[in-house]
Amino acid sequence: MAVKKTYEEINKKIREGKAVVVSADEVLNIVAEKGIAEAAQYVDVVTTATFGPMCSTGAFLNFGHADPPIRMTKVTLNDVPAYAGLAAVDAYIGATETSLTKGISYGGAHVICDLIDRKEIRLKASSPGTDCYPRKSIDTSINLDDINEAYLYNPRNAYQNYSAAINTSNKPLHTYMGILKSSMGNVHYCTSGQLSPLINDPYYRTIGIGTKIFLAGAQGFVSWMGTQFCSGRERSENGLPDSPGGTLAVSGDLRAMSTEFIQPAVFEDYGISMFVGIGVPIPILDEEIMANVSVRDSEIFTNIEDYSVGRRDKPIVGRVSYEELRSGSVEINGKKIPTAPITSLHKSRQIAELLKIQIEKGEFEITKPVQRFPLTNTLNPLEIKRNEDV
Amino acid sequence: MKEKWLLTFPPDLTEEAVTYTLIKNYNLRVNILRASIGLNVSGSLLIMIEGTCEEIALALGWLKKTGINVDPGNSQILWDESTCVHCGVCTAICPTKALSLDASNWLLSFSPDKCLACGHCIPACPLGAIRNLKR
Repeated sequence: MAVKKTYEEINKKIREGKAVVVSADEVLNIVAEKGIAEAAQYVDVVTTATFGPMCSTGAFLNFGHADPPIRMTKVTLNDVPAYAGLAAVDAYIGATETSLTKGISYGGAHVICDLIDRKEIRLKASSPGTDCYPRKSIDTSINLDDINEAYLYNPRNAYQNYSAAINTSNKPLHTYMGILKSSMGNVHYCTSGQLSPLINDPYYRTIGIGTKIFLAGAQGFVSWMGTQFCSGRERSENGLPDSPGGTLAVSGDLRAMSTEFIQPAVFEDYGISMFVGIGVPIPILDEEIMANVSVRDSEIFTNIEDYSVGRRDKPIVGRVSYEELRSGSVEINGKKIPTAPITSLHKSRQIAELLKIQIEKGEFEITKPVQRFPLTNTLNPLEIKRNEDV
Repeated sequence: MKEKWLLTFPPDLTEEAVTYTLIKNYNLRVNILRASIGLNVSGSLLIMIEGTCEEIALALGWLKKTGINVDPGNSQILWDESTCVHCGVCTAICPTKALSLDASNWLLSFSPDKCLACGHCIPACPLGAIRNLKR
């Protein structure tokens, strides 16, 4: 008889300490031994995770009101500008914002980590002054414990099958994919492959709006589909998009996070990004979901794009599996090229393991999405309309 | 004893047969790790040398007298494991696999004996976990 489990049944087992929880790596041996049907009956939750640089990361902060109060229009935190075009003392600090005084050696990502580490942050703000908010400037310091709300809101994280990068030109390139050596000297790839959240749920059956996740050490949530969500890509037989597909917008309380699972990333001659650790539990509701989480690195294929072409659509120089990428080298046009990851598989596994333990202990329950993601989204390009004809 | 030297030459000394002299006159065992030398432009030579204390001291004296700068400390690449997140983005940049990922646990490791101290890994690390002691 076909396996059918509900969220409620699985949560009951979690509360009773009886749930069988394994990581997306560990489930492979179970499926190989028992087959899909028996494995689906046996396993209740599979944990997935990733820990890689995700530029679309930032935090909303509410500083509280000074006396007399100020309607902040320009805000810096440790000399890093934060966006204050919101209500009086609300601001958004983006991870990639750079310091006005230190350049890319310190930026929004560093401010976020310093906040999490409970360091004092210098807050400067200015305002034209209004009848209700008479103060025109403020120079003080804040601490995560002093301010009101502080939560991460990342518009785009956890890409489903991001492309790998290469450089066919004769000079090295400094990119958000790291330093790409000239003449196809290296291939850099991200995503955690068979452990990656959206790789294990290709059609977003259990990951949707409202899904509770592990976010940088805290319990966070999927708040929306991520930006550039492109579920309408062509897909392989196993359901995986051939090129970058779905993404997640996520949020979570900064106060419950740990810098063990979120770190600034500085890419020389490019700028700042942020390593974000995300773990997503996938409840095994039926055999189809079990079949999806049993995907292996050898069955996940990605494109290698040439970053020396500074255009929207970069030429694809090859298509390889994650098993090949993980082997340390790939062959392109008869040339053996060293490969390196940007996503830490060690950290990803650590997160999947930690999430597994939290679920086993009953500290983390699974949630049914409030709403599922659309399956046919496409990407709109940005056209240049302001020319003489307009 | 064994030492690693980074030799830098002014343009007028690039025709000097340095390795020949070190071997022939000072009896040193020379292993060239990296060389960047063009005629009449300044050059650098990273070598591993092996000899007795006295031979090494005499060779060092000759190099300095000739006008060749010897930097023994330059070969100190330091990897701060506590800052590292083990992403591995430095591993395909490293020419000798001194920085490598263990495929069983995906932890990064650094083997100083394989390191040429070329320094390519320093800007490649997004965490700033790799630095040059002499920098």
